[in-house]
Amino acid sequence: MDTKHLDRVVIRFAGDSGDGMQLTGTEFAKAAAEAGNDISTFPDFPAEIRAPAGSLFGVSGFQLHFSSSEIHTPGDAPDVLVAMNPAALKTNLKDLIETGTLIVNTGAFIEANLKKAGYASNPIEDGSLGKYKVHAVDINHLTMTALDGSELSNKEKGRAKNFFALGLVFWMYGREPESEIRRIHQQFAKKPEFGEANVKVFKAGYHFGETAEVFQTVYKVPPAVFKPGMYRNITGNEAIALGLVVGAELAGKKLFYSGYPITPASSILHSLAKYKNFGALTFQAEDEIAAMGAALGAAYGGSIAVTASSGPGIALKGEAIGLGVMTELPVVILNIQRGGPSTGLPTKTEQSDLLQSLYGRNGESPIPVLAAKSPGDTFYCAIEAVKIATRYMVPVMLLSDGYIANGSEPWPLPNLSALPRFEVVHRTDPNSYFVYQRDPRTLARAWVIPGTPGLEHRIGGIEKDALTGNISYAPENHEKQTHVRAEKIERIAQDIGELDLSGAESGDVLVIGWGGTYGALRQAQQQLAAQGKQVSHAHLRWLSPLEPGLAKIVHNFKRVIVAELNMGQLRQIIRATFLIDVIGLNKIQGQPFKVREVVDAVEVQLDAKHAEPSAVATQSQASA
Amino acid sequence: MTEAVKIKLSKKDLESDQDVRWCPGCGDYAILATVQRTLATIGIKRENTVFVSGIGCSSRFPYYMNTYGFHTIHGRAPAIASGLKITRPELDVWVITGDGDGLSIGGNHMIHALRRNMDLKILLFNNQIYGLTKGQYSPTSAMGTRAPSTPTGSIDHPLNPISLALGAGATFIARAADTDAKLMATILQEAYKHKGAVFIELLQNCPVFNDGVWEGVKDDPAGKQIALVEGKPLVFAGGTKGIKLGAGLTPQIVDVGDGPGQTPVAEIVVHSERGSALYAHLLAQLVQPDFPIPMGVLYRNDKPTYGQLAVQQVDDAIVKQGVGDLNKLMYSGMVWEVGADGTRH
Repeated sequence: MDTKHLDRVVIRFAGDSGDGMQLTGTEFAKAAAEAGNDISTFPDFPAEIRAPAGSLFGVSGFQLHFSSSEIHTPGDAPDVLVAMNPAALKTNLKDLIETGTLIVNTGAFIEANLKKAGYASNPIEDGSLGKYKVHAVDINHLTMTALDGSELSNKEKGRAKNFFALGLVFWMYGREPESEIRRIHQQFAKKPEFGEANVKVFKAGYHFGETAEVFQTVYKVPPAVFKPGMYRNITGNEAIALGLVVGAELAGKKLFYSGYPITPASSILHSLAKYKNFGALTFQAEDEIAAMGAALGAAYGGSIAVTASSGPGIALKGEAIGLGVMTELPVVILNIQRGGPSTGLPTKTEQSDLLQSLYGRNGESPIPVLAAKSPGDTFYCAIEAVKIATRYMVPVMLLSDGYIANGSEPWPLPNLSALPRFEVVHRTDPNSYFVYQRDPRTLARAWVIPGTPGLEHRIGGIEKDALTGNISYAPENHEKQTHVRAEKIERIAQDIGELDLSGAESGDVLVIGWGGTYGALRQAQQQLAAQGKQVSHAHLRWLSPLEPGLAKIVHNFKRVIVAELNMGQLRQIIRATFLIDVIGLNKIQGQPFKVREVVDAVEVQLDAKHAEPSAVATQSQASA
Repeated sequence: MTEAVKIKLSKKDLESDQDVRWCPGCGDYAILATVQRTLATIGIKRENTVFVSGIGCSSRFPYYMNTYGFHTIHGRAPAIASGLKITRPELDVWVITGDGDGLSIGGNHMIHALRRNMDLKILLFNNQIYGLTKGQYSPTSAMGTRAPSTPTGSIDHPLNPISLALGAGATFIARAADTDAKLMATILQEAYKHKGAVFIELLQNCPVFNDGVWEGVKDDPAGKQIALVEGKPLVFAGGTKGIKLGAGLTPQIVDVGDGPGQTPVAEIVVHSERGSALYAHLLAQLVQPDFPIPMGVLYRNDKPTYGQLAVQQVDDAIVKQGVGDLNKLMYSGMVWEVGADGTRH
């Protein structure tokens, strides 16, 4: 048996949505993190909970990139594909690299499944997989054999087969099985008979790798070098929940979170509902509007109020967000974006709610909008959203997406005591109080909460007098208030950090991006810069107000590309703001950018840099 | 700190400095006056009192109360009030809504606030019409109502607010007419004491778009209203008529008395606020024109409120898990250390 060292591996597990591929992937990711690799994951699953077995649309996948050096993305193309049935093979094979390794569960390659996947003949036998390193293993049969004599029903036994696949890859990559065995027992503590069976099958898979002669090589991916410190593995939705709890603590206030179930935002509510001993109150509202309404009510009462949803729910919340704009109350709204329009692609990622976030309300209704760039970054964005909302007395929209929400990465744990506090103080002085009197720096009105004697006042959605807050229909007053509400958002720029720029402040091509595309864009820019190309990458954390640092550099490049997972929403804004031509790199497939797609698009512009921008296509199309 | 001396409030203390902008003759004036007078009598703390409303004529109410007030958006007041009450249980939160605001666009929030037994005092001004949008028929308008949107008469069946509140799970349900200051005051005092979801239907006159819609009830209180009194039979018309239950619990109007063809008072249904839900549903079905309508407290029931249970869960979690330690929370799950050499330890 050989041991071969690799710098990095991309592996994808694919099977029926009921096959447990998400669990398999998550567990293998834990093992990689435990072994000290840098990791990045990409769960990709259908909206159906248990789609019909063997169907093409029911295939669920989990991609893991683990490496001995720093990585930013879950990888462009898998080096290894584990296909639990013909449908999984059919839908995923096109992504596997040319010389990739393929592990197929032959037990599922029966006539009926082949037909469902649209195979005329069995690809394992007809030679069509010739260019790959194929390991044909009857996982179904070996799972049943491993559970010979078990009391479980055949159906229950069959469910353990993902653990066979997990055991096999554990062996292939030289992972220690002991801690996984402990984890399985822990996870199934309430149903020990299942835990026992899963461990048996996991071991069977591991030993199969060891004894079957086909697996002659163990691949080792040595640990990556990280900055010293404490780490944990975290998904975007876990980190955002922690950020909210910490944000409320830094503000010295109680957290109130209201939500209505929606993919991919629901798990934030699940996390926070467990944090009751932190004083966090959670409320599952009757609908999206009520979730936003309850958050406004809590904000009015003096809580750090948060609600979350995805595009369709944000649409429903729009009117109530407008009430927050008018009454100038601090609320944090999380939009975990998914593919749209309408129900769209509930479990897939997209960045198509940017314009909705910026403008999706009636009237002139500006709000601050920021976007997280990675799972761990959601923690800091959540804190920043709480800080800006309370400092400026305004609803803040924080954008994440399905890719960030469900993806995970090793996360350096922050030193909580080093995080600056932003203690909220409610006005209690009744002398010369005017409801819409403003702080000269932030233009925020005072946050006076019910229960304060002598400051009783009324607020509401009708236009308010710029000082007293009484109902006012006066023409000049409305214009003045409209301008003040807009200027308040612009003033937030004074509290925004430096622009995140990689590369020089001038050059041939500037790539601008925002949100979850950060990893792919940054990696592409670094690759090109390493080849001596004059390419820079500006990542925008704040979309409203637009990062102030952008104005200084945006005119210094021959070409500007805005790369985003939509039809060019930020591109419109950059064009309108700076009156420059901008080339769009757009992908609307419910999938994140691959690094290669970005590199290719930039290279096209580098080649064409001497021509007028209009001479080349102003919109690159990411390849499928 | 010593307890502040309780200062006696007058109605005037609860009037804000804003001009009241309802139409002359609107039933809302009478309701506003009674609410102000009653709350002053009760001796509420102005700073701990919040009026939350939606959109519509009635929803301008908070602007006229010298308490905290939040005039929100159409139909959503119960949701906004819920968020406030959950997080600030010590406040008295009143919700002002109308038949369009509370039962049409905001119907969903209404039923869920009641279902959760949210500790809110909801006053629904029922004038059977949309006033602020100029007179369209509402979900409580009688069938056949002619309005700008229904020139040949409305063809949908009206909703019974009391039945809805009962079905949704309100724990205090009452009804009064806008001009019946005495009854409304009594109800408000009882409602103030109640812990849980209060639903009060106020029969309110819109002099502009639906003038006199309740006249059939108000012009003859003795004949067309049953004054509900705890432990007393459901009688009206000076005690000469009463409600008896026939086969299948069918309510019947009977002459009360011991003479021939009369029903002895012992056979008349006796009112109990804490009676069965079945009884309360039966009361809700006593509607015009077939029956006189019951006025007063129809139903009352003590159940834990949403707020009490939510706070209880937080308290229990703190007892069981201890006060949350943020550092511990951050370090939960799989945590590892990377040493000075940059690799995992």
